[in-house]
Amino acid sequence: MSSSFLLGNTIRKANSEALKLMLGADPVLVDVVTASEAIPELEEGMILHSGPPIDWDRMCGPMRGAVAGIAVFEGWANDLSEAEHLAESGAFKLRPNHDFGAVGPMTGMTTLSQPVMVVKNRTNGNHAYCTINEGLGKVMRFGGNDASVIKRLCWLRDKLGPVMGAALRSGKGIELKPLVARGLTMGDEMHQRNLGCSSLLLRTLAPDLSRNVDDRDELSEMLAFIGSNDQFFLNVAMALGKSMMDPVCNIEGSSVVTAMSRNGTDFGIRVSGLGDEWFTSPVEMPEGLYFPGFSAEDANPDMGDSTIVETIGLGGFAMAASPAVAGFVGAGSPSSASDFTHIMGEITLTKNPEWTIPSLDYQGVPTGIDIRLVVETGIAPTINTGIAHCKPGIGQVGAGVVKAPLACFEKALRALAIRLGV
Amino acid sequence: MSIILNRVCPGLFLDSVVLMQISRSIASLEGVEDSALMIGTPSNLDLLDNAGLLKDTSRQAAGGDLIIAVRGKDDTTALRAMAKAESLLEQPVTTIKETFELQPRSLRSALASFTDANMALVSVPGEFAAAEARKALRAGLHVMLFSDNVSVSEEVELKREAAEVGLLVMGPDCGTSIIGGVMLGFANRIPKGDIGIVGASGTGLQEISCLIAQAGHGISHAIGVGGRDLSDQVGALSTLAVLEMLEVDSATRHILLVSKPPAPDVAESVVESLSRSKKTATVCFIGADELKLPNNVSFTRTLKAAAENATGILFKNPKKELQYKIPKLTPDRKLVKGLFSGGTLAAEAQVLFLDQGVSVASNAPIAGAMQDDALTGHVILDLGSDEYTKGRPHPMIEPAVREDEIIQSLADPSVAVILLDVVIGYGAHSDPAGEVARVVSEVQKEKPIVVASVTGTNEDPQGRKYQIEKLVDAGILVAPSNADAAKLALHCIGRND
Amino acid sequence: MTKTSKNPKGETKVPDNNDIHTLLEGPPRVINIGLSSFADDLKKQDIEMVNLDWSPPARGNVELANLLSKLFYK
Repeated sequence: MSSSFLLGNTIRKANSEALKLMLGADPVLVDVVTASEAIPELEEGMILHSGPPIDWDRMCGPMRGAVAGIAVFEGWANDLSEAEHLAESGAFKLRPNHDFGAVGPMTGMTTLSQPVMVVKNRTNGNHAYCTINEGLGKVMRFGGNDASVIKRLCWLRDKLGPVMGAALRSGKGIELKPLVARGLTMGDEMHQRNLGCSSLLLRTLAPDLSRNVDDRDELSEMLAFIGSNDQFFLNVAMALGKSMMDPVCNIEGSSVVTAMSRNGTDFGIRVSGLGDEWFTSPVEMPEGLYFPGFSAEDANPDMGDSTIVETIGLGGFAMAASPAVAGFVGAGSPSSASDFTHIMGEITLTKNPEWTIPSLDYQGVPTGIDIRLVVETGIAPTINTGIAHCKPGIGQVGAGVVKAPLACFEKALRALAIRLGV
Repeated sequence: MSIILNRVCPGLFLDSVVLMQISRSIASLEGVEDSALMIGTPSNLDLLDNAGLLKDTSRQAAGGDLIIAVRGKDDTTALRAMAKAESLLEQPVTTIKETFELQPRSLRSALASFTDANMALVSVPGEFAAAEARKALRAGLHVMLFSDNVSVSEEVELKREAAEVGLLVMGPDCGTSIIGGVMLGFANRIPKGDIGIVGASGTGLQEISCLIAQAGHGISHAIGVGGRDLSDQVGALSTLAVLEMLEVDSATRHILLVSKPPAPDVAESVVESLSRSKKTATVCFIGADELKLPNNVSFTRTLKAAAENATGILFKNPKKELQYKIPKLTPDRKLVKGLFSGGTLAAEAQVLFLDQGVSVASNAPIAGAMQDDALTGHVILDLGSDEYTKGRPHPMIEPAVREDEIIQSLADPSVAVILLDVVIGYGAHSDPAGEVARVVSEVQKEKPIVVASVTGTNEDPQGRKYQIEKLVDAGILVAPSNADAAKLALHCIGRND
Repeated sequence: MTKTSKNPKGETKVPDNNDIHTLLEGPPRVINIGLSSFADDLKKQDIEMVNLDWSPPARGNVELANLLSKLFYK
């Protein structure tokens, strides 16, 4: 039998294994710990950011604002100006979250002292980390870095983080797969819409949170903080995604996408059969709707590790579950939401039987993005994303749909072909 | 000063037949010099450039983009033509309208719903054809590869892969197959019978099967293997496979093989295979010299003789049957211009000319004929060959591509006879004879004699009888077979014994 | 998958029991890839068929299309 025929079998087997690992994952929210405890490699002056590797001089406005802000928060600079000079001089070690088992939304700053949520994939024993969602408005993930932003980060570090950790440790942890399954029936897609899951999470956490806080006012503050943030669950969903996908890396011959991520300048993907290598291309501009007073001119290019959510079949892939989002992101009428999910079926290998969408007669979300299918069809993964202001610190100005650049997948395909001896 | 306008429509694809039809509509507008709609592959870009239709900016277009190109006598004309093209593109194409759900966009999704498919019929543009065929083979499907402009090395690679897993590749450039009465590609409705045909030639298969039908007999199957299968490089990979299939097939009593003359080694391996057959066989190598064959195999060198041999019936001599009213020719009209849509029909015509000692040139010359660059003397053209079908539909699907040649020849004072094949049946144009008749009738003044034959049967959608009538009404002389038409052409120039 | 043998000339000899004969065993069950007019003709004959809504793969890039075909599986 000629070797070219065998190749098809090799890839099929590898992809089968990849899908088995993905669908067999058992992600549980188990703890909140200090980042330095979770990620031993973290050191003074080291800043993890979202997206593929990038230097200071190529970073966009909000990303730079966040780097300066986090340096001040960590005490590596006295003020933002000093922080910027230090950054420019190369004083900070800038690395992707993804290389350290972590993910972060938008600017995605992860450093030593910040609290990170811990999701354990019990099937494989691996862990994934993500900071706690700061809320809406002027926040560091949008490049915010003034005193109010720093203050909030301190509160997360000193108050909410430790309490949430204690609460989670006191129980058996929160199983996330069933929680997401319920969210899908409640109109969530886990990227732009997390209202259902955020509410379910608070409901589950509240009793244990209460037991770990003596002061009523403090408790009230924490419950209000979580309860007022419709997007609180986003960071949990991201860590969940990372914990599902990490075991899928490095299956020889597999064409399944293990990560999609952006840093505001470059969009990068990783492929199972190609290990750690990033395949990058300039990010595209989201197309969407803007909050009053803002327009496309104010938009920052696409940014964040949150596309890990689409990588596991949620977000834009599960838009059929979330008709409201279709209107919100300007994708079309609510009834057109299911078209997006349907089209993503052309570039994925299977449907997830545990995450089903009622309006599609309980069809599972399209899972397992295959670079071969993306390149063949020319259909790029559809991503539901928030749009940040291009100037640091202003915050979210809209929401929209953005496509992963096809060039990333074409580059990866050529690399895979070479690797497999074609 | 002519004005050229281009528009590139990214990601828009329509098949070549639809594009050709739109092109024709635009080209017929007043003041429009030329127009074309093509996908942006490198070879199409060159074609557009050579036709004086390409603007430099269109060079960025890729194979997945559509280019609309028009050339008009002035700005207004060009703009009007472009606008018309755009509006025609927006109209729905009149073919099967299946719902979004039912029309899969990838082979993968097609197979997911159609799990027991056993073959793929591939007719995509040549650049993409090998890739589609390979995917189909990987999926465990036999492949009928209608597309041409596929390289020999790709053909060999595909046929070797197919052989390894017990699958058949019919083609490339396989226009015809009839499997158990099911017509694939260009094919005619032939009664069921016990003659199994394998052919490295589409129109050869068609002419022979139609003549078999005319003789009151029928076929079990007619399987095309592609024009190059019997070349040295390909080594009859598909032909040998089909011969084994027909050997085992209970519906087949007599095997008929038709092809242009194969390479000697290849002929030997085919004959060796037939010698082991328990069935009788007819071999038809167009224009070849007599071969030594085993007892169960007969040799023929024209399609007509092959049909006669396989059925055991000699077709009646047309000279006795039909009294043709042959118009008188003016003295300078001396030349025969053969304009064929079928490659093997063009080859058979050349055989008859050379057998009469009349020299002839062709773009697809058989042994003894000249290459057509001389352009003097009798010429027989195969207008379905690769160089004429790059980026354009086959003349059997779209008669327009042959029309220009016919019109030119009708106006040529040196042409005595225009010799045509008119091929009908499934896959062909809905009224090939009507198109030819129209073009010929439009020339009122003194013109060449037009001689034609109709390859088809009365059960074909166009109805052979009706097609013949249309041609006769236009003053065209219609012979009962392609071979007879060539003889009639020779008769018209005084060269038929 | 069946094995094949080659005769001394290096030509593939098709063995006795393999898939190839299945082609003639009943009406073909066709996936039409390309000209939609062929799909129309097949439909008129009432045979089992599916028409693929084909457009050039990989945004029309022939090199990628060929690569993809070598990495394809059902």
